Amino acid sequence: MPKVAPKKTPMPEQSAEVRKKNFDEVPLGYSEDMAVAEAERCLQCKNKPCVAGCPVEIDIPAFIKKIAERDFEASIRIMKEKNLLPAVCGRVCPQEEQCEKVCVLANKFEPVGIGRLERFIADWEAGHMTAEVPELPLATGKKVAVVGSGPAGLIVAGDLVQMGHSATIFEALHEPGGVLVYGIPEFRLPKEIVFREVDYLKKLGVEVITNFVVGRTRTVDELLEEFDAVFLGTGAGLPWFMFVPGENSMGVYSANEYLTRSNLMKAYKFPEYDTPIAKGKRVATVGGGNVAMDAARTALRLGADESIVIYRRSREEMPARDEEIERAEEEGVKFQFLTNPVAYHADGNGWVTDVECIRMELGAPDASGRRRPVEIPDSNFKTPIDTVVVAIGNSPNPLIAQTTPGLKTTRWGTVEADPETGRTSKKGVFAGGDIVTGAATVILAMGAARLSARSIDEYLKTGTW
Amino acid sequence: MNKIIEKIVLSKDVKQYIVECSAIAQKALAGQFVVIRICETGERIPLTIADSDKAEGTITLIVQEVGKTTRQMGFLEVGDSILDIAGPLGTPSEIEHFGTVVMIGGGIGIAPLYPITKAMKAAGNKVISIIGARCADLLFYQDLMAAQSDMIIETTDDGTCGRQGFVTDALSELIESGERIDRVVAIGPAIMMKMVAETTRPHGIPTIASLNSIMVDGTGMCGACRVEVGGETKFACVDGPDFDAHAVNFDLLIQRLAMYLPEEKIADEHFCRCSSAKEGEKNA
Ligand SMILES: Cc1cc2nc3c(=O)[nH]c(=O)nc-3n(C[C@H](O)[C@H](O)[C@H](O)COP(=O)(O)OP(=O)(O)OC[C@H]3O[C@@H](n4cnc5c(N)ncnc54)[C@H](O)[C@@H]3O)c2cc1C
Ligand code: FES
Repeated sequence: MPKVAPKKTPMPEQSAEVRKKNFDEVPLGYSEDMAVAEAERCLQCKNKPCVAGCPVEIDIPAFIKKIAERDFEASIRIMKEKNLLPAVCGRVCPQEEQCEKVCVLANKFEPVGIGRLERFIADWEAGHMTAEVPELPLATGKKVAVVGSGPAGLIVAGDLVQMGHSATIFEALHEPGGVLVYGIPEFRLPKEIVFREVDYLKKLGVEVITNFVVGRTRTVDELLEEFDAVFLGTGAGLPWFMFVPGENSMGVYSANEYLTRSNLMKAYKFPEYDTPIAKGKRVATVGGGNVAMDAARTALRLGADESIVIYRRSREEMPARDEEIERAEEEGVKFQFLTNPVAYHADGNGWVTDVECIRMELGAPDASGRRRPVEIPDSNFKTPIDTVVVAIGNSPNPLIAQTTPGLKTTRWGTVEADPETGRTSKKGVFAGGDIVTGAATVILAMGAARLSARSIDEYLKTGTW
Repeated sequence: MNKIIEKIVLSKDVKQYIVECSAIAQKALAGQFVVIRICETGERIPLTIADSDKAEGTITLIVQEVGKTTRQMGFLEVGDSILDIAGPLGTPSEIEHFGTVVMIGGGIGIAPLYPITKAMKAAGNKVISIIGARCADLLFYQDLMAAQSDMIIETTDDGTCGRQGFVTDALSELIESGERIDRVVAIGPAIMMKMVAETTRPHGIPTIASLNSIMVDGTGMCGACRVEVGGETKFACVDGPDFDAHAVNFDLLIQRLAMYLPEEKIADEHFCRCSSAKEGEKNA
């Protein structure tokens, strides 16, 4: 092995003390020199294990090589062949479980900072080039309705127009982007970036119609009268509650509501923006995933003195990315492991004042392979809090399934679709992303979308189902 | 899109807008609502679809100016557009030939009551309407409601119009008069709907209330609109807004409606300051 720096080139970031009081992005990105230095760590392996680790098969060594050669234009072009949203993925993908996990360097040292380089090259493009619109093939005259504008919908639409089909995105909310705009906070993914990507798709010819709730404004069957195919990318937007006593007290939010108020509606800028949010001083977030980390860190930025994460297993089982857990810890988020809420108590006006938890211990592994938490009898205790964010998970909104006869769903409420093609049980209807997998990741949604786009293209050409 | 083509002042603080919104007009059914946002910095608020016209492609919205957003909406004129309108949302009201239905509307609740009343009449029911408000100034739609009703009773708390008292007083008398009532539909302030539910409960009259909880998306995505019905948590925006009034936990609804009162005041003050600053600029 040639001599390489054992650690990733550090990326400058806002200090914990400063950043926990603002909503600006935490990592500040690489300079050109830093990016080149990091790119030079890549061994340019012939067998490219990293590419196999990437759900959308970006030619990782190739784009990194071009960075090392300072040919940034060529680098971004290689990137965009496979990934239309590198600025997003560079920020939110769990690279440590994908490309970077299988990086050969990782056997001995820290892997190449592939995510950081991906982010660098996308930001470089935004700063130096007006994204070029590739020449599109002759219009096929086929029309596809894409329902939902999260990563899955955006990718399907982008791919389809580049195959010569027309694509119209229907989005229920007033802003396109799905979880990228309503869920993931500004300090992790500036909304500017999402808008830029959506604008690019519009330039490619994708039509975006907002405020359009499929199942209400029009049903899937009605869309099928007008369009040759329909893609469902409506995500997993239904928040779960625990249905414990007091959970409907004032001050108790679902993570979806808390984050939507803050991100999509900009409640952190209240009263400049009209949407209010409880600016609690002692905020408890229930759950252990990325969503919980986002909520707990948002609470600090809204002015909480204490932000506590309540999780029923231990730190090892937390599904959130390590990086996010570490950032939360640095900012002062406290973790209360092996505890689970059993009730919320409220004052005379109905505002939450305490969370009552029970202690848990880990028993035998469950279906997910993680050890199952078991209650310790009579171990209840109360913690005073004034705001709660329930972040224990989401499943698909049932609206589409309820209004689409012939569309099969599973007992988890997800839509049945062939993982290779995205085909559902209903002719002409495809699905991909969180609506099929349940809450997962941006890159998996994009990967599924890419496969669906290919099989939609095939269906449009052959008409066979 | 979303252009205001008619604006009428219905009563003190209550305005009616007819808005071009064809996609929604084609689909709207009685009991459904839209969520609107009027400007880039605006909040999302639910408004009942008080009427719709498929041929014209319009919907009717009725707004009571109670807070910042509704007050700001009051400044919109014919020709202006509403930035965002999504809908029609919510489960439509159950409309059947029940027999005799009593339609009860309080204050701004008369607006959402109207399309349901119309549908009930069209379904062949005998319709008795009771509409009430604090005072005559706040009462509206009397003629429209009368046209859809076999009998109409108006009440005001202060007696400035119709009979003095609450809508529940009129309802009690109606029940005592021996009138056979097959269903009651009540829309108005939460406390009014609670009182209606208490009035009909001993008589076992099926009673429906339309719950006006705080909403954000209106599509079942956030749970801001949680209500308790029969001891279970429901999302008013998708499971409702109509629910069995006898099973609704109205006290919880009343509490939750007060969640942002302090913020609403701040927003209102901020708005007044900003709009007077703008006036100042114009005058300077
Ligand atoms: C707070 C939070 C943090 C996360 N952090 C990460 C992370 O760090 N890394 C990562 O990889 N993943 C993360 N995820 C998960 C990731 O965001 C999702 O897996 C991904 O967005 C799924 O994409 P999608 O396109 O399937 O659906 P979504 O992004 O959910 O988009 C679905 C869209 O469809 C719209 N829609 C729904 N119903 C209708 C309808 N009836 N009609 C019209 N439109 C409709 C919705 O409004 C929404 O805009 C996070 C999720 C959340 C909530
Ligand atoms: S308003 Fe968000 S779920 Fe009902």
